[in-house]
Amino acid sequence: MDTPPVIETDHLSKHFSDDIAVADLSLRVERGEIFGFLGPNGAGKTTSMKMLLGLITPTAGEGYVLGASLGDHEVRRRIGFLPEHFRFHEWLTAEEFLGLHADLYHMERTHTTQRIQELLELVELKAHGHRKLRTFSKGMLQRIGLAQALLNDPEVVFLDEPTSGLDPMGRRLVRDITRDLRTKGTTVFLNSHFLSEVEVTCDRVAFIKEGIIVRTGSLDSLMNGELQVAIRARNLTPENCQGLTRWCRNVQVEGEQLTFKLDSEDQLPSITRYLVEKGVDVYTVQPKIMALEDLFLEIIGKSERLVDQEDPEHLES
Amino acid sequence: MRSILVITKLTIREASRRKILWAALILGVLFLTIYGLGFHFARVDLEKSMQQRSGMNIVLLHEMYNFLLLAGLYSVNFMIIAMSALISVDTLSGEINSGTIQTLVTKPLHRWQIVIGKWLGFGAMLTLYLLLMVGGTMGVVYATSGYLAPHSTQGLVLLWLNGMLFLSLSLWGGSFLSTLANGVVAFGLFGVAFVGGWMEQIGAFLGNQVAVNIGIISSLIFPCEAVWRRLVHNMQSPLVTRLGVSFFSSSSVPSQWMIVYGAAYAVVLLFSAVRRFNRRDL
Repeated sequence: MDTPPVIETDHLSKHFSDDIAVADLSLRVERGEIFGFLGPNGAGKTTSMKMLLGLITPTAGEGYVLGASLGDHEVRRRIGFLPEHFRFHEWLTAEEFLGLHADLYHMERTHTTQRIQELLELVELKAHGHRKLRTFSKGMLQRIGLAQALLNDPEVVFLDEPTSGLDPMGRRLVRDITRDLRTKGTTVFLNSHFLSEVEVTCDRVAFIKEGIIVRTGSLDSLMNGELQVAIRARNLTPENCQGLTRWCRNVQVEGEQLTFKLDSEDQLPSITRYLVEKGVDVYTVQPKIMALEDLFLEIIGKSERLVDQEDPEHLES
Repeated sequence: MRSILVITKLTIREASRRKILWAALILGVLFLTIYGLGFHFARVDLEKSMQQRSGMNIVLLHEMYNFLLLAGLYSVNFMIIAMSALISVDTLSGEINSGTIQTLVTKPLHRWQIVIGKWLGFGAMLTLYLLLMVGGTMGVVYATSGYLAPHSTQGLVLLWLNGMLFLSLSLWGGSFLSTLANGVVAFGLFGVAFVGGWMEQIGAFLGNQVAVNIGIISSLIFPCEAVWRRLVHNMQSPLVTRLGVSFFSSSSVPSQWMIVYGAAYAVVLLFSAVRRFNRRDL
């Protein structure tokens, strides 16, 4: 029953001559998981991923991917990788580019042609197969890079900031592809500083800050099941609010808006009943799980500015 | 082997797509045309003066042809050296810098296969270029005058060795230096070898052993000029060798061991390029 993890690291670290990029990386990613590696820019996400892929030699510690030591040559047949700020030999056409990488995987020619067409369709570039990569937009390059990462039908895919530079449509496409991979049982290791990307697609998240993993866990467990509730109501008196502390914490009133935190959803009916009995007119009751952003801020520290993916100001111009 | 060939093919395709092959080919043909014209007019004048003056005999005429051929090869040697360094100076450092190397090295191939694949690709193109330029220069001389220098094949091989020396040097530099620094190193070493070669020549001519020793040391630092002077020694006529006075002649002839040293030097550079590239973080 106990299947070996797809990725396992034990106190991996990377020190550059003047700087510690990753201080202590110990993590475990199970088969079929979509694992989010979340942290601000410069936190050590890319260095960590590069160590897992054998691009960078760790200063200390050890790690295994698909049961083999980091950088193992044979295991690379079963791995896909999309680097950050993906760039490739721009003088190749999209089809030639995928063909080259298929050759490097030693894929059969007959199989290759079919697979390339499938992938071009998947990343919605079928009409551009004969165009040189030089003429591609940033978003198109990112998508052809993603196709490259999936050529060999990998067991584990490493995606480093896959949606950076993509427009909302492109981001949705990446999100859908990631979900398809989950359905197929592919493990995905996803680096991101986009909260909503991780929130929507990942099963488990590790928060990294200044080269150290600050917290790891499933989103639910990270949020401790803590519930925040917003109620819109009239005729609230300070006594009523005081009475709520029996069940709630952090009770706050702003005009008609009443907010508080709860341990369990099961307490909500009692609270509503109490308010109604006290003559309060209740209009809406909105429970919401503590937003990932709040959690992120709590874990990483308020000083870090976050980029939320859905923030329109962040969209690529 | 298959992975190596994929990289070799990629290297050649890149040179062709980026029009490097065509530029080299067209300018090479232009070089040969100009050289051919120059040689033709020189030959006409030389033959005319041979008819007018009894002092100009066939032996002297061949000495002149030999000089003109070596002058052509002197330019070709420099062009091959420059071409070898230039086409490969950016290949590792450029791909490391842009990040394109990352998707290659995470595929199921060894890093050494990338270096060797690139070496083979550039080596093949340079060999073709060499055959065009050296074969063309010798061919022009032979076709117009019927003159063939001694040890022409050896000359070809030695020029090829110089090309491979610089190709290995620039792959070695590219495995840990930036593109610019790599170029500076390649041409800096060329300069050291060049000036050292002349010091050795002049030192030998004046009988100054210190100058000769400095020249030998510079040849050990980088042996490209020694390879060239060995070529001159092999290809010039025995008469000039005896007299030791021609512009290209070697007063101090590098030994055959210098050629062995040059070949070993290229192999060690390539081996070291592989080692450095294997170890570095990408």
